[in-house]
Amino acid sequence: MATTSRKHTHPLRTLVILGLVIVALFTMIGFSGVWSPKLGLDLRGGTTITLTASNVTGSGTVDPASLELARTIIQQRVDSIGVGESEVTTSGDRQIVVSVPNVQRDELVRMVGQTAQLYFRKVYAAEASTGGATQPSATASAQPTTEPSASPSATPNKRPMPGLPTPVPSPRPTAPSGETTALADLLKWTPSDRDNSEFAAFQCDQPSPTPDVTDQPLITCDQTKSYKYLLGPVLIRGEQVTRAIAAVPQNSVSWVVELEFNSQGAADFQAVTAHLSGQASPQNQFGIVLDGTVISAPSVGTEYSAGIAGGKAEISGSFTQKSAQELANVLTYGALPLSFEISSVDNVSAKLGGDQLQAGIIAGLIGLALVLAYSILYYRGLALVVSLSLVVAGALTWALVVLLGTSMGFALNLPGIAGAIVAIGVTADSFIIYFERIRDEVREGRSLRTAIETGWVRSRKTIVVADSVSLLSAVVLFVLAIGAVKGFAFTLGLTTLIDLAVVFFFTKPMMTLLGRTKFFGEGHRFSGFESEHMGASNPPLHNSRRTGAVVAGGEAR
Amino acid sequence: MSDQITEPQQGGAKKSSIAHRLYTGEISYDFIGHRRRWYTVSAVLLLISILALSIRGFNMGIEFRGGADFQAPIAVTATTVDDVRTAVEELNLPQNDDLSVTTVGDNTVRVQTRPLVEAEVTAVKGAIAEVAGIQPDEVAYSLIGASWGQQITTQAAIALVVFLVLVMGLIWAYFREFKMSIAAILALLHDLIVTVGVYALVGFTVTPATMIGVLTILGYSLYDTVVVFDKIRENTRDLTNTRHTYSFQANNAVNQVLVRSLNTTIIGVLPVAALLFTGWFILGTGPLKDLGLALFVGMVAGAYSSIFIATPLLAQMREADPDMREHRERLSRRAARATEKHGHKPKAVTVAVGDPTATPVDPSTLGLVSAKDVDPGTRRQPSRQSRNQRRK
Repeated sequence: MATTSRKHTHPLRTLVILGLVIVALFTMIGFSGVWSPKLGLDLRGGTTITLTASNVTGSGTVDPASLELARTIIQQRVDSIGVGESEVTTSGDRQIVVSVPNVQRDELVRMVGQTAQLYFRKVYAAEASTGGATQPSATASAQPTTEPSASPSATPNKRPMPGLPTPVPSPRPTAPSGETTALADLLKWTPSDRDNSEFAAFQCDQPSPTPDVTDQPLITCDQTKSYKYLLGPVLIRGEQVTRAIAAVPQNSVSWVVELEFNSQGAADFQAVTAHLSGQASPQNQFGIVLDGTVISAPSVGTEYSAGIAGGKAEISGSFTQKSAQELANVLTYGALPLSFEISSVDNVSAKLGGDQLQAGIIAGLIGLALVLAYSILYYRGLALVVSLSLVVAGALTWALVVLLGTSMGFALNLPGIAGAIVAIGVTADSFIIYFERIRDEVREGRSLRTAIETGWVRSRKTIVVADSVSLLSAVVLFVLAIGAVKGFAFTLGLTTLIDLAVVFFFTKPMMTLLGRTKFFGEGHRFSGFESEHMGASNPPLHNSRRTGAVVAGGEAR
Repeated sequence: MSDQITEPQQGGAKKSSIAHRLYTGEISYDFIGHRRRWYTVSAVLLLISILALSIRGFNMGIEFRGGADFQAPIAVTATTVDDVRTAVEELNLPQNDDLSVTTVGDNTVRVQTRPLVEAEVTAVKGAIAEVAGIQPDEVAYSLIGASWGQQITTQAAIALVVFLVLVMGLIWAYFREFKMSIAAILALLHDLIVTVGVYALVGFTVTPATMIGVLTILGYSLYDTVVVFDKIRENTRDLTNTRHTYSFQANNAVNQVLVRSLNTTIIGVLPVAALLFTGWFILGTGPLKDLGLALFVGMVAGAYSSIFIATPLLAQMREADPDMREHRERLSRRAARATEKHGHKPKAVTVAVGDPTATPVDPSTLGLVSAKDVDPGTRRQPSRQSRNQRRK
């Protein structure tokens, strides 16, 4: 009986450790303050856009770095239309998934899908934006780093503006006219009254009054939304930049971005810089515009009155290594973007999302109830073990899904809920394999207490291999599936792992403990181990040493 | 020993004693002996499936064809479909021939069109919202690019192949028997084709969720097969030292795990049925229904195939192996010798005596050896008694 006394502490200790683990998990949840899982957009409403990248060279593979850059650019685009909580993630080797909760704006799809547009435009006016969200107006004008002057080409000789800047605005063209204008003519372009008045009225917290069209002016802001710019038509396109790197030149300590142009770009660049160098600030500035946002506005010094020749240039300023690298990346990849195809757009209204969540919960409850009802019917008292085990598995699943939501951004979607519901069956199956094994052992004449142990040793392997197969399919699906159904594979895999943990660290110790109780150990009629139920010739024996007493007791019932 | 359980207690007792009698082999069904019957059933099922596939094909969801799908809450009346169709048609979208308007349940209308651009989406949303009397924002929609379905299909095909290879490896590593992998995979393909055939036959819409469901079945079908094969392996351990054939022990195993298999299948199917019910009757459409349906069909097929297909196939293949053929010959020689010596009765005892020496401490093997296979006329081994009986 030495072994028995050792085993006495063992199952309890396991249960206590498991209990501590669960308590620890929920303590972590308590610290994070988020008690419910992060829900996918199909459960709370929102728009999910899946984009598939293809390489412009058509070589088939997509460089992970450029995909990541594209992701950053798309994130900026989504952020620029001012929707909170949006998420842009890469998926697989060529997908970008944009999730925007609770926004029903159809232009989102167009904005997200277009390729990155990088243009060099001339700056006609630059001002601190008083309405900029990031800067209080009082200090904005007090820190002019480039040029605080008001619109240089002023509007005195025209009709006075009414209260509203554009009383009957005719829509601005949204596509270039198609005619190509010579560079020299483009440099002669001057803003119209409307451009100037709209620029004066524009603040960075408003949507730009001008679409980003190459032969039209652009009124926009820098990335921090603290400066607004009035920009002329496009002078040089991003494609003409062949190379851009961040570097620290010799005899210098500060970071610069070195640029190289192709031959056409080099000629244009020289002509443009020659023109710009003679201008007064801010009109001696380039606006480097990515997707309608000014990412840099370098000025051309007066010493370059002949233009910067040779197709090479250097943008210097107060760069850090990071900011120089970012600008170089934008200049390089903005010029050579991946092209994206919109693979799918899923828009779920908040109401439909709520309905789907409710249906998922209902399905889960029905599933759970059916499984419990069946186990009570068939396993009687053992249903207690089944339900407790499912409660433990449920608690673990809930805790992990919540924690994965807060730490890794895992969002539970409808297929994910389906995976968890299917897992109820997988989990309960493990118990059945074990229980049936115990019964087999009892049928072969073992006492219940022995059967609980030997049955465990035998069924454990079956459970492990069966769960491994389940896990394997979940992993394969998770790695290879695309779209929302990934969530199904994820929860199925997660719950299969939890199932293993529960069977090993809860169900088995629990059975060992229950086997010692009178109700189960002596095979009470409703314990699920009663002899008639199992058809064993003898009542399972609580303890083979007390054979006579137990048999008598069993028969007395 | 079985004479003690004849006392009928109540309904439950009677049911459970079937499980017991199955276990001891008191009652058993000869799955392997009747394999032709079940092979025929499966062959017919497969034939119907393949015919359905080739003639009817799949009802591919919009995710595979590319297009736009709108769903809006609406109180469905007799004229809903026509009203919505007229409203959308009045937009005069170019090339909108394949417009489809259906209702889902009694509270949702569904409009499917070719792939639309942003402005068209806004217009259709507006039109539907007006008919339904709701805000355009309440109209949910999906847009699917034409190549999306191709991508999904490719990934699913890769997943299928990768999974099959991995699983064959896993099963082989676990059972150390290549033929078990083969039998398991064949049973799996059987389930796959039958499930897919049901889809073609009934014309359920195939969506990405369906594909995931079908791929999940692969895991589930194997789950059942693993449980059965595990028992077969246990029963056939040290087989050459016993007087049983592989088929006999395999059949015994199936009978022994029959109750367990039924239970795991029922328990597995119950939550899936809940999914299916909710998906079908509450939501009407979507991943719950698609997943539930594929899993439901596949799990039932999986339970069937692990018992009626996988096991007989395995037994058949193993019996063709040289070592099994040798073992059978040895058994028949032994039986013949016994008949010569003792007339009609094979001397089972002689063989059985040799057995316990091989695994003297494993009562389960003893139990299996003498379950039902022993000639009814032969007396049991004394060692069959439980400890309790022995003590008396």
